[in-house]
Amino acid sequence: MTGSALSPRLLRSLLPALSLAALLIAIFWLQPRAMSYVGFNLMLNLAIPIALATIAQMCVITVNDLDLSIGTYVGFVACVGATLLSGGVGALPLVKDLQASGTLPTDLPWLLTTPLAGILVLALGIVVYALLGALIYWRDLPSIVVTLGMSFVWLGLSVVILPVPGGAAPGWIRSLMTLKPPFIPFPIIAAAVIAIFAHILIMRTSYGAVLRGAGGNPRAIERAGWSLLKVKVAMFALAGFFGMLAGLSLVGLTTSGDANIALRYTLLSIAGVILGGGEFVGGRISPVGAVIGAATLTLAGSFLSFLRIPPDWQIGAQGAILIIVLALRALIDHAEKRR
Amino acid sequence: MSRAEVPIISLDGVVKSFGAVRALQGVDLACRKGECIGLVGHNGAGKSTLMNLLAGVFSAEGRIALDGVDTADRYSVAVAQAHGIRCVFQELSLCPNLTVAENARIMHASLKGIGWRKRAGALIIAQLDLVFPGHGISAGDVVGDLPIARRQMVEIARAFTVTAAAARLVILDEPTSSLDAHQAGQLLAFVRRFVAEGGCVVLISHLLGEILSTADRVVVMKDGRVVAERPAAEFTRASLVAAMGTVAREEAGRGEATVRRSGSPRVRVAAERRAGGIEFTAHQGEIVGLAGLGGQGQSEMLVRIFDAARRADRDIDVSGGVALVAGDRQTDGVFPLWSIAENITIASLARLRRGFLIDRAKTSAMAETWKARIAIRTPDVDNPILSLSGGNQQKALFARALGSTAETVLMDDPMRGVDIGTKQEVYDMIRSEAAGGRTFLWYTTEMDELRHCDHVYVFRDQHIVADLSRGELTEEKILHASFAEVA
Repeated sequence: MTGSALSPRLLRSLLPALSLAALLIAIFWLQPRAMSYVGFNLMLNLAIPIALATIAQMCVITVNDLDLSIGTYVGFVACVGATLLSGGVGALPLVKDLQASGTLPTDLPWLLTTPLAGILVLALGIVVYALLGALIYWRDLPSIVVTLGMSFVWLGLSVVILPVPGGAAPGWIRSLMTLKPPFIPFPIIAAAVIAIFAHILIMRTSYGAVLRGAGGNPRAIERAGWSLLKVKVAMFALAGFFGMLAGLSLVGLTTSGDANIALRYTLLSIAGVILGGGEFVGGRISPVGAVIGAATLTLAGSFLSFLRIPPDWQIGAQGAILIIVLALRALIDHAEKRR
Repeated sequence: MSRAEVPIISLDGVVKSFGAVRALQGVDLACRKGECIGLVGHNGAGKSTLMNLLAGVFSAEGRIALDGVDTADRYSVAVAQAHGIRCVFQELSLCPNLTVAENARIMHASLKGIGWRKRAGALIIAQLDLVFPGHGISAGDVVGDLPIARRQMVEIARAFTVTAAAARLVILDEPTSSLDAHQAGQLLAFVRRFVAEGGCVVLISHLLGEILSTADRVVVMKDGRVVAERPAAEFTRASLVAAMGTVAREEAGRGEATVRRSGSPRVRVAAERRAGGIEFTAHQGEIVGLAGLGGQGQSEMLVRIFDAARRADRDIDVSGGVALVAGDRQTDGVFPLWSIAENITIASLARLRRGFLIDRAKTSAMAETWKARIAIRTPDVDNPILSLSGGNQQKALFARALGSTAETVLMDDPMRGVDIGTKQEVYDMIRSEAAGGRTFLWYTTEMDELRHCDHVYVFRDQHIVADLSRGELTEEKILHASFAEVA
């Protein structure tokens, strides 16, 4: 009943946080020095882009779709960030080659060096995401197929922009990502900000209820007079927006771009959403859980390193952690049903 | 028009076709303030189409006038809502992943800004208090966690909530199908109050008693047309059934007390270890009823028996196979993407194969046989299951259970929202199958259906509180057992 402190329902919503805590305790036990400002910074740095990508994936999962292109999209954004956004069109390797061969003058006009080109391209990326949402709704296409196709498009565009790893992240992103606030490490603050922002946006606003409702019962939303097209467009555009933030934060950490930099993010983001208490269908999601899930997945990597498990085995071991947490959730669900 | 007053909405010669099917062929209807219109008719008579049209879900040919202004070509859900026309659809249209308050917000675009959650919660709870006093629902409950009766209560209350536009015309499609008698009574009383205050309600129900007691005017539909329209007082149960076009077949009262079968039962559920616990038994060829108010543990009992047939259970003995006919057909019954034939044959595939493969000829023969036996209204059993009306989908589910080899058939309130003609056909089939040796366990909230049972267990608060044989069976006895502790 309502009074019992450890109802399956509560346990279920606490499971993501409990898994994270268990992992942290295990890490500190193995390596007490990790329990420090620097330790947290090192371990959780990469959690920021993964958390943002997970929120992006969560937006798409909310409306019962799946985005298989988020990884290559994040890579595309990273490539744009390392070139167009820092030095405009002039920063593209292609243009530099032309300059070296003398086809183009060494001093480029303002139009070809302004970072506005990067902002424009990133905005176009979000527009493309919104159009994908519209296309999936209009033609009633399976999102898996559409986004799988798009993943090759993003990858191809990234290779066109940056054929070999290189470029340089804009200074302001780099300095933001290497911020050293007093007492609390930056990744923890960033994760909290991401979680709270996404929570307010999706869980607390009145239109957020409509967005989630569209995952639970689309016909009911339609009958109540809401446009499902707008809902899909909004959710995919949000996914594009958070995916863009993921790519920019990633390039801020790595300082240079690479088309293949974030291929793993597709599966990591899906795993993060599920680990955080979300479900594939039915609009049941949790932004706070998703951020915690992303942090858990990142820490799992550190944990396995501390255990001296070779990197070759780490992906498999991460999978094992995922299975353990999901099995726990299934057990809780089972207990809930028996009551 | 009989009254000078301008109707809230009036339809004039409205025609609606879905492909080759003409769902409505020229319907005239006017809904005025201060009246409750009862809408009855068979499954497939066009009631659902008509209500979707009133709610603005889809367009149609013909004249639709709102407050006397012709709006046929511009009519939409938004226009309907702005004019205070609301709809409670038969299949629940709440979002199961949202809370009760959030579901209220979905209906009301004006509930936004800071504190919308609190306002939405207060709005819906106040309305629930008004319609269903003592409902026991709170605004923060996630709808998917509520039992079906409470979900339906939320949905009904939501239709009457008022923010920007007043609720003037509320269309209720089978509103009491998941409610027990007490809750249904609360609702019908509220409908009368709402109408007395100048509202208008269109009540669609297969329970003719509800229609006759609550409606001022009854509209009878058949084959996409209005075939009769008269004040409710001029109808009787028999004349209403006659108007719908089914032969009013009075129940051949099999009132004789049946002899309780002896021998080893096919299903036995041990009595609970508490004073006065009653053992649940069902023998070969028996029809056993599970009665009581809605949601008192009857469905759970059926599911436990179903599980016990495959996995040993300490307290339950089941001999032979069991099949279940689900009541909540959207979630537990149909495979929505499959054809009618595939839906019927899924439980019998073991018998329909050749080697490792499914034998196409055998499956289509079985589907055709059952289409004919149970009169599923479709030109082709290879059509998708969702092309059928609700009652015919339910028939396909019956065909699935009856077509299997299971000796025991569990029925979880399967006749919810099914028209009388279909019901009679299914009752006959159940009786003949029982005579052939099958056992039926039948959970139903309708008294009329319990009269088909050999004996009836009454459930209250997850326990069996009475065991009545057919000879002893009266509505008073069941109500008495259902409410014993309250009284």
